[in-house]
Amino acid sequence: MLYRENGQFKTTYAADSQIFPIAQDRWVILALIAFAAVVVPMVASTYMFKAILIPFLILSLAAVGVNILVGYCGQISLGSGAFMAVGAYAAYNLFIRVEGIPLILALLGGGFFATLVGIIFGVPSLRVRGLYLAVATLAAQFFWDWAFLRIKWFTNYAPSGSVQVADLSVLGWAIKDPADKYLFCLAFLVVFGLLAKNLVRGAIGREWMAIRDMDVAAAVIGIRPMYAKLSAFAVSSFIVGVAGALWGFVHLGGWEPAAFSVDRSFQLLFMVIIGGLGSIMGSIFGAAFITLLPIFLNQALPVLGDLVGMEVTTAFVSHAEFMIFGALIVWFLIVEPHGLARLWSVAKQKLRIWPFPH
Amino acid sequence: MGFFLETLMGGLMTGMLYSLVALGFVLIFKASGVFNFAQGAMVLFAALAMARFAEWFPQWLGFENKILANLLAFVVAGALMFAVAWLVERLVLRHLVNQDGAVLLMATLGITYFLDGAGQTLFGSDIYKIDIGMPKEPMFLFQSVFEGGVLVSQEDLYAAVIAALLVIALTLFFQKTSTGRALRAVADDHQAAQSIGIPLNRIWIIVWCVAGVVALVAGMIWGSKLGVQFSLTTVALRALPVVILGGLTSVPGAIIGGLIIGVGEKLSEIYIGPLVGGGIEIWFAYVLALVFLLFRPQGLFGEKIIDRV
Repeated sequence: MLYRENGQFKTTYAADSQIFPIAQDRWVILALIAFAAVVVPMVASTYMFKAILIPFLILSLAAVGVNILVGYCGQISLGSGAFMAVGAYAAYNLFIRVEGIPLILALLGGGFFATLVGIIFGVPSLRVRGLYLAVATLAAQFFWDWAFLRIKWFTNYAPSGSVQVADLSVLGWAIKDPADKYLFCLAFLVVFGLLAKNLVRGAIGREWMAIRDMDVAAAVIGIRPMYAKLSAFAVSSFIVGVAGALWGFVHLGGWEPAAFSVDRSFQLLFMVIIGGLGSIMGSIFGAAFITLLPIFLNQALPVLGDLVGMEVTTAFVSHAEFMIFGALIVWFLIVEPHGLARLWSVAKQKLRIWPFPH
Repeated sequence: MGFFLETLMGGLMTGMLYSLVALGFVLIFKASGVFNFAQGAMVLFAALAMARFAEWFPQWLGFENKILANLLAFVVAGALMFAVAWLVERLVLRHLVNQDGAVLLMATLGITYFLDGAGQTLFGSDIYKIDIGMPKEPMFLFQSVFEGGVLVSQEDLYAAVIAALLVIALTLFFQKTSTGRALRAVADDHQAAQSIGIPLNRIWIIVWCVAGVVALVAGMIWGSKLGVQFSLTTVALRALPVVILGGLTSVPGAIIGGLIIGVGEKLSEIYIGPLVGGGIEIWFAYVLALVFLLFRPQGLFGEKIIDRV
């Protein structure tokens, strides 16, 4: 009754080909963005910003990037952590070596270098596919872990290998308070989210999906596998690289190579799979789930332990966190292998025919 | 020349140990099409169980004999790995039949987290020793051929022998027993195997049990070399290039791949490492595997990939 496209007549081509063709979708998205931009900064505490909201936004952005590669183009990648690292270190080097470079340009520059690296490490995907490719992308991960640790030029010869950035500002707006950082990241997520959403429904997105579904058949109907696969690697690693730069600059402030380890790659892949392969909204759901779950477990376990009268040590909590996290992932994959995005679309479908489902 | 041979021998023996871990991957992938990321966690879990039981049994039962303690611990840890295999099949794999490869991969990552947590909750998270009486002092070979001979760690030599024995035992099991024949049938073609009455579920349990035993042996050897600790799980990450180099579906591939990676790693570390700042072992193995893959996308001995529309 509330959510249906009946009576919404498209009279121009522009109206017919907009990103959200259903008016209700547009309103919900706008309301969500307005809520995130206006209401959240008023009510959230510093802890909320620092521990939950900012990591969630940045990892959502990264997950959108990974989803383009894994979910839309079907190339499983375990090297996303490395592309984040490349983005972060490239942005850092631009920031300190180029006099007076604007912050946004440095961040986008980080994305640009991540793109170059992504294309190079995407080349094996032309020969190798599936799980072989997943393992091959680990090469990127271990190579860049090593490079940022051993090649001192990248870290500007910092003795401990960790780098810092300070005094971030955009056009006189100093990004210092957690709320400012939050808004800055939110702006990036909204812009890149909409760009990605627009991209995947265009010609190039359809090429990616054709390659994902069956690359030989796609090649037969005239899609160039090399162009499609490498463009997916390029777009994906650009977004992941920008997310990495944000992670280093805005969230951490100072970081070392361990911040972008192979665990980060696994985490991003978890987000994409749990959120739903081939869905931009799903990446954001997945990022929320994976970011919140450990925090929730960390808070809830000692309380639960008190309830049953068990003495809970910190070591036990961290191990139990591992166990519950692992078990929940498996449970979730069994219950809904298509991810949270599937639940979302099922809910929309139900809403569409409500209240007369027959 | 002597030094080169030493490096080569060291590489071959490390390679043997990588093959052991890689073997676990290959066995499970062949039989069930699951890329089992949990192999590293299984190695850690088995090694923790072995180390702790060998420590606990003498206390509980009041005896001193070390060999008996190790033997008992090995049997109990093996039984524990069987239990893990059964649970994994029962609770996870059975519900994920026909899912996409990526989903199965993620499920085994979930199992990895679970086993890491469970192992450390049950057995503690310190560094433990496994003492199965492997001689520590090095020995010299070919002293008559070269001046000074070739220095070889006896421990590595024993480990390589144990690994070789395990591989021979596995080969016999696969070729000579009826269960082994059923396993090979499933590996060849799931549907055909099922249609002639081979129970898939039982085969999966068996193959996870075998992988569990392989993990236990690998954990025992790596544990007595490096000590049983959390970093043992990274052994799995170092064995991955071995698997893709040899081919995901080939047992001999795992062994030969292990030897190539082992030697390549050691030689590169010694002859190329100093030029670029050292520590290149881990990514060099991956790049080596990658270069091989560019020429043979299915790995050295993997089944040829045939594209059909």
